Amino acid sequence: MPTTEFRDASVKALANPELRANFRRAMDGLISKRAELFAQGQDWAPLRALGAAAKLNALANLPVLLEKLEAKLIANGVQVHWAETIDEGNEIVKTIMAKRGAKRAVKGKSMVSEEMHLNHALEAEGIEVIEADLGEYIIQLDHETPSHIIMPAIHKNKKQIAKLMFEKIKNAQYSEDVDEMTALARHVLREKFEHADVGFSGVNFAVVETGTLVLVENEGNGRMCTTVPPVHIAIMGLEKVVERLDQVPALLNLLTRSATGQPVTTYINMITGPRRPGEKDGPEEMHLLILDNGRSRVFADPELRDTLRCIRCGACMNHCPVYTRVGGHTYPGVYPGPIGKILMPQILGIEAAGDLPHASALCEACTEICPVGIPIGDLLVRLRREGARPSHGPIAVKGAGAQGTAREALIWRGWRAVYSAPALYRLTMWGLTRFGRMFPSWLPGLSAWTEVRAKPVFAKQTLHELAERAGISDD
Amino acid sequence: MPQRPTAVYYFGTCLADLFFPDAGMAGIKLLQAQGIQVIFPRGQSCCGQPAYSAGRTEEARVVARAQLGLFPRDIPIVVPSGSCGGMIKAHYHALFKGEPDQAQADHVAGRVIELTQFLVDVLDYRPADLGPPIMVAWHGSCHSMRLMGVGDQPKELLRRLANVELVEIQRERECCGFGGVFSVRQPEISSAMVTDKADAIKATGAAAVVSGDCGCLLNIGGAIAKRGDRARPVHIAEFLWERTHANN
Amino acid sequence: MTDARTAILGRLKAADAGATTSVPSEDFTTVLGRGWSAEERLARLRRNMEAVHTEFLDARGADWVRAVHAWLVEQNLANLLYAPETPVGRRLGQSWPGLGPNLVPYERPMAEWKSGLFQGISAGISGTRGGIAATGTLILWTDADEPRTLSLIPPVHIAVLEVDRLYDTMLQAMRDQNWAAAMPTNLVFVSGPSKTADIEQTLAYGVHGPKRVLVVLT
Repeated sequence: MPTTEFRDASVKALANPELRANFRRAMDGLISKRAELFAQGQDWAPLRALGAAAKLNALANLPVLLEKLEAKLIANGVQVHWAETIDEGNEIVKTIMAKRGAKRAVKGKSMVSEEMHLNHALEAEGIEVIEADLGEYIIQLDHETPSHIIMPAIHKNKKQIAKLMFEKIKNAQYSEDVDEMTALARHVLREKFEHADVGFSGVNFAVVETGTLVLVENEGNGRMCTTVPPVHIAIMGLEKVVERLDQVPALLNLLTRSATGQPVTTYINMITGPRRPGEKDGPEEMHLLILDNGRSRVFADPELRDTLRCIRCGACMNHCPVYTRVGGHTYPGVYPGPIGKILMPQILGIEAAGDLPHASALCEACTEICPVGIPIGDLLVRLRREGARPSHGPIAVKGAGAQGTAREALIWRGWRAVYSAPALYRLTMWGLTRFGRMFPSWLPGLSAWTEVRAKPVFAKQTLHELAERAGISDD
Repeated sequence: MPQRPTAVYYFGTCLADLFFPDAGMAGIKLLQAQGIQVIFPRGQSCCGQPAYSAGRTEEARVVARAQLGLFPRDIPIVVPSGSCGGMIKAHYHALFKGEPDQAQADHVAGRVIELTQFLVDVLDYRPADLGPPIMVAWHGSCHSMRLMGVGDQPKELLRRLANVELVEIQRERECCGFGGVFSVRQPEISSAMVTDKADAIKATGAAAVVSGDCGCLLNIGGAIAKRGDRARPVHIAEFLWERTHANN
Repeated sequence: MTDARTAILGRLKAADAGATTSVPSEDFTTVLGRGWSAEERLARLRRNMEAVHTEFLDARGADWVRAVHAWLVEQNLANLLYAPETPVGRRLGQSWPGLGPNLVPYERPMAEWKSGLFQGISAGISGTRGGIAATGTLILWTDADEPRTLSLIPPVHIAVLEVDRLYDTMLQAMRDQNWAAAMPTNLVFVSGPSKTADIEQTLAYGVHGPKRVLVVLT
């Protein structure tokens, strides 16, 4: 039975005017900030070509590059771990922490750790995990998941946040002043940074050439998490590799402009190992966890593999008319928006998320804006196809075929029969123009259409007829 | 400027056939008035996009295949729709990849040109405006812009009409919410999108909303009709013909 | 039972066989040098950094040590953490005035005096390996002599920037300084005081990194 989870959730979201207003305002801002930066002659096309080249090169050589990365990291003193599933990943983290007797952790923003439900797994072991990125901290206070991959608390307005901080933070004064709320968060987190046993981070780019992890941020929590606690655990999906250091500047350029409309983030960290002898600070122990969770299966399909080009900038969702109207929580899994619509059905499977590829008007605004050129529209269509019937191949999309119904198959067979036979087609169109008014309103889709639109009116005669009558030549 | 042909094929599109035949005819008449011979192959039906977009690739290919043999002469194929034109131009290559008629499909796709592109880029059409002053808004379909690469040509044509004032719709590049099957699969979101678009059009005070795509016109037109809004939805071909022939 | 690493790499290698991906060639022109003059570089760096609340102290043709001292006095800052074994540190050690804010050398491992570092330091001063004009960014190269937390924990970060060490772009700096040959444990790019826009997209400064950044031009 095909899922309709997304549609059901979207109906609820559409009925929430505050949510819609928050997202509209936020997306408008992000769209215009990005546009400004690329309007200043920043050479969108050549930059995008460089970004695509770096990611395509990485994908073309992925297994070899991962092996090289691992070797380089180990030589730099980093311990490298691999996990096929999120359960395996969480177990690895638990083991590292147990070895250190670690009970307190601080975490920089990491979507892959959300994908793993890492906090939940660690909290079950009695470990305190504090989100150090302000947006993540805010939603953690409210026991929520992020609604956007770059700005996790984008669905909340100032008042909502003020109330939350006042209710959940000990001894907090109520204030709607943004600077005061920020100062409060700084104060609370500072103590956490100072005394944490472990710091977590994500990875924006893992550079094979030098064994370097690149991490961008504005707040400084990334620097804190990767410098102050004695242990640093970095987590990344296996597609985050980039072969050479000189490929990084273009990617950074694309990432910060596309994500938040900034020419650069406050900090860019390039981390090439734990503390070296003679150094006075930095973690004694550093780990990288490489997570698969379905990505190797995505990789196996030459067309769907392009999903893995993603640098997690969020521009696609910023420009998506669907995302803007329903917000991130409407989507299952942690990645919303267009990237979520192609990634989640592959990770969660078609049974669980097969309606996601259909939750799109195929307007291609995302395709147009993607800094690394992912053909998102084409991949949505491909996944719709997989949903209806699985394509041939050794590693099919998980649950392929689960979204198709017999009724739909019949409709399209009927459509094919009429539209591929010229005489039958012309007869059918003639019939609709003459007798179409008689079509009842309960026809599938018509009642939905007429909610906000008048019933479509067939013309009195077809274009074929008009052309013939006007004597337009046939060949 | 590309060379001006003596004749072109015209692919009318299935939506024009059924819902906007006058617009389809207007495109033909505009071309004829410029001295171009127009050939309208009777066997044409649909580019296959509805099925293709729905992921029904095999069905789409059968219907698309039925169009391939209709355009044997090596002359342009003018399409009064960026969406249908875009389907052929951007997707036929992949649709027929590895198929025996791949070369034929590529030859068709390579000759497709959208009507306003042809009028501006090939014919340098300068319409003489015989109509009264009017304020209009332009709505470009997502596919015309992003698949077919139609840029400023439609607005340029509207600007060339001396008595037409062109106003911009807020968030003009945002989708109107039609998306073909999307409008019935995700009707609530589609309705929200077309409502926002109709609001934005209304806010301009325009007397007409001109578009190059019948899908958008059906969608936006339907909303405008239900709301009783002022703006008249009209295809650019029809609008150009009316303005240059004083509503003949 | 196959371990995860073997299984993952095995799947990736099996999938790779027979895949034909054409990788586009790379043209770095757009991210390389812009041909800016030294004046233009400085002007751009300063404009970009000041746009995000960075403060500047122009000590060119003057004694920057005295200038920093005077600034600390004016700002009522009690002490200044520094790295004694660096060129910047040695200058400071040599000519720091006797009165006023104390110079605190970062000599011991952080773990030995963490609470002192977190609570008792008003400002930290670091050197830089140049700056990037296109984005308004300082290049911080940390190592045994210059700890990472020197420019992170104190609420005020003072950075000494030589104006003849500016680059147009990051790639230009990377190639000129040949980073790929030997990376430090932490190469940090700082473009101003710490900030966030997580609350209703409103910009707020002074989150977890330094609240203020002062760039001393020499």
